[in-house]
Amino acid sequence: MATADIHVDEGLQHHDDHEHDHHDQNFWTKYVFSEDHKTIAKQFLITGIFWALLGGLMSVLFRLQLGFPDMSLEWLRPILGGWLTDAGKLDTEFYLALVTMHGTIMVFFVLTAGLSGTFSNFLIPLQVGARDMASGFMNMLSYWFFFASSAVMFTSLFLSTGPASGGWVIYPPLSALPQAMSGSGLGMTLWLVSMALFIISTLLGGINYVTTVINLRTKGMSFSKLPLTIWAFFLTAVIGLLSFPVLFAAALLLIFDRSFGTSFYLSDIYIGGEALPNSGGSPVLFQHLFWFLGHPEVYIVLLPALGITSEIISTNSRKPIFGYRAMIGSLLGIAILSFIVWAHHMFVTGMNPFLGSIFMLLTLIIAVPSAVKVFNYLTTLWRGNLVFTPAMLFSIGLVSFFISGGLTGIHLGNAAIDIQLHDTYFVVAHFHIVMGSASFFGMLAGIYHWFPKMFGRMMDRRLGYLHFWLTFIGVYMVFFPMHYIGMAGFPRRYYSFTNFDAFNSFADLNALISVAAIITLAAQFIFLFNFFYCIFRGRKASANPWKSNTLEWTTPRNPGHGNWPGEIPTVYRWPYDYSKPGAEEDFIPQHIPYSETPESNLPHENDLVRIETQDGDAIRVSDQGTEE
Amino acid sequence: MVNDIHIVEEPKKTLSMHPKKFALWLFMVSIVMLFAAWTSAYIVKKASGDWQLIEIPQVLWVSSLVIMLSSVSMHWSKISAKKDSIPQLKMGLIITLLLGLVFLALQWQAWGQLVDQQAHFVGKPSSSFIYILTGMHGLHLISGLIFVGIILAAAWQYKIHSRSMVRIEMCTTYWHFLGGLWLYLFIFLLLNH
Repeated sequence: MATADIHVDEGLQHHDDHEHDHHDQNFWTKYVFSEDHKTIAKQFLITGIFWALLGGLMSVLFRLQLGFPDMSLEWLRPILGGWLTDAGKLDTEFYLALVTMHGTIMVFFVLTAGLSGTFSNFLIPLQVGARDMASGFMNMLSYWFFFASSAVMFTSLFLSTGPASGGWVIYPPLSALPQAMSGSGLGMTLWLVSMALFIISTLLGGINYVTTVINLRTKGMSFSKLPLTIWAFFLTAVIGLLSFPVLFAAALLLIFDRSFGTSFYLSDIYIGGEALPNSGGSPVLFQHLFWFLGHPEVYIVLLPALGITSEIISTNSRKPIFGYRAMIGSLLGIAILSFIVWAHHMFVTGMNPFLGSIFMLLTLIIAVPSAVKVFNYLTTLWRGNLVFTPAMLFSIGLVSFFISGGLTGIHLGNAAIDIQLHDTYFVVAHFHIVMGSASFFGMLAGIYHWFPKMFGRMMDRRLGYLHFWLTFIGVYMVFFPMHYIGMAGFPRRYYSFTNFDAFNSFADLNALISVAAIITLAAQFIFLFNFFYCIFRGRKASANPWKSNTLEWTTPRNPGHGNWPGEIPTVYRWPYDYSKPGAEEDFIPQHIPYSETPESNLPHENDLVRIETQDGDAIRVSDQGTEE
Repeated sequence: MVNDIHIVEEPKKTLSMHPKKFALWLFMVSIVMLFAAWTSAYIVKKASGDWQLIEIPQVLWVSSLVIMLSSVSMHWSKISAKKDSIPQLKMGLIITLLLGLVFLALQWQAWGQLVDQQAHFVGKPSSSFIYILTGMHGLHLISGLIFVGIILAAAWQYKIHSRSMVRIEMCTTYWHFLGGLWLYLFIFLLLNH
């Protein structure tokens, strides 16, 4: 019996090995259907860049309409075709489609899949010291579900009735009734299919990230020694696991309303004087379900960027991160609070004002952990030996956006002010700075910082600086004036303001925003050139170009499958031992034991060494230097 | 001498579970969130009025009993696998599979009873929700049946035994979860219909 069992186990083992051999040989399994987390990360990154470019181009299109309402776009006829009116202007419904797709693409495809998908995949196994994700197969599925979702969404752009146009929040009844607008027909159906695939992809990815962080950490990598990037990715994945199913639930009910005639969100609707049969539903129900995902989604987008920034700022300030535990605490606080503030998006839905004040209070509490983070970033920078790499500049840019966008968040969190500013450009300015630009800067910082590990080469610094300054100034030029336009009462998503006397005086400000938007988008092509050129022709990177402490820099220049050729390094210390007094160099990587650094150990660290040597012949740390 | 003063700065191994089992738990968490969303939408909708009273089909009592029995048989087959009694293991899995199918048939019958009292899927949310909750649970139960089927096939090839328990343990966990989920939904409907 026993032999039979062993035989079966060996058989299984053999089978697995056989599969592994197969992966390394074939082009398709190596570059396309890869199960290696580094390749999957790059797939997410490239797809994310593609979407970012498309989403950015869309925003410039509608900025042209808003900034230069009299301009003829006839020269775009080869691309836009029937979406231009005979007078050479954007079709009004197409304008709504552009706004909707810009939002959907940027929030989900770029800043969720492109950011988490890239950096969680790339960094989690490398920084916790694992050979790969818990399940490489699920990880591969995660990317290909994302790809399928992308393909469906991309297809919807070419429909003659247009893609979904009801705003990225797809509120019914606008999105539920094909009669409401042309985009609510097939375009909306494809949007829902695409998002269903997207949610499956996110859940597959998230389950993997959480499992890997908890179960596959290398020896010694306790939670109190995890880099803050990993803490951020971990909590992001947890938030995603809890909130995306709710969006799925909401979307499914919407699908039933649209295609099967149920009335979850519909009631008492008249179209052309005729009553629809639906009764008993409530559109506000959708908003509750949607924002229960929608608000955590904001933090799904932002937290990875904050984690990346913590790591980069500490490394390039050559100082330990200030308040490591406070940083973890604030991440946790933000993650928990993100689930109990959703109704601040709904102050004007006729919600009970008492309920409104509770949500207002909870919303304003988020300012506390956010302020802790800002304080810790600034105190980490304070009197550090700053190294201004492009990644560092983008990280500092993030901190700047997080402050200036966060302050307007305090305004909008107050129901009394929000009722005035709701659905104006003030809101647009707020979330584009604090969520859009900040997360985008976090993503760019991550790309500049980990490019050497991804591709084994360096990106060009000068182009990086140029890219940073143009983008940084551009973003403020775009979104700062929007606050004024919002306070003046401009509503979001309006096609044209030329018919309103009150708004005519802001025409020049709108033109300025549009010009700045075009310049900012143009600056991204510097990045694209830098990125793709340096993948092939960049200067070869050294093993640890930023003199960083985390484990990924202990791998070879181009880590192969399994990441470390030999044994996985053991972790002895936290990842922020920069400029430790007494140390020879200004950084001590995580895998260096305290016994090798007697000159810089603190008293309690020396105690650690002694305890750890007690089982054998106990020796003093001071003796140890002479022996080795 | 060199051996004697070997430095043993050995950090503790990190806490960890079996990754696949852990992933299954996370998967179940996301299913819980899915049904939490629907049941809380149900409560919110009910609280806002315009609610039609619908009698919960009596046959659901039977199906609840059936799914509880199937949990017992599933557990029995897991214990049998641990004891390496392969015939009982297979028998337990077959019984589970059959009881699962009976459960689905009973749910289908319950839909028929709903239609008999003019509570259709297309209509007021009060009736649509019952179909959503039972139907979506049924879909997940089908995924559970497929899982049980895979385990049964593996058991037939002697791949499930006391030293290869991971898959059947995961399957048992998932099956108990689906049973528990149904009991939650049933009690929820009894209290809130």
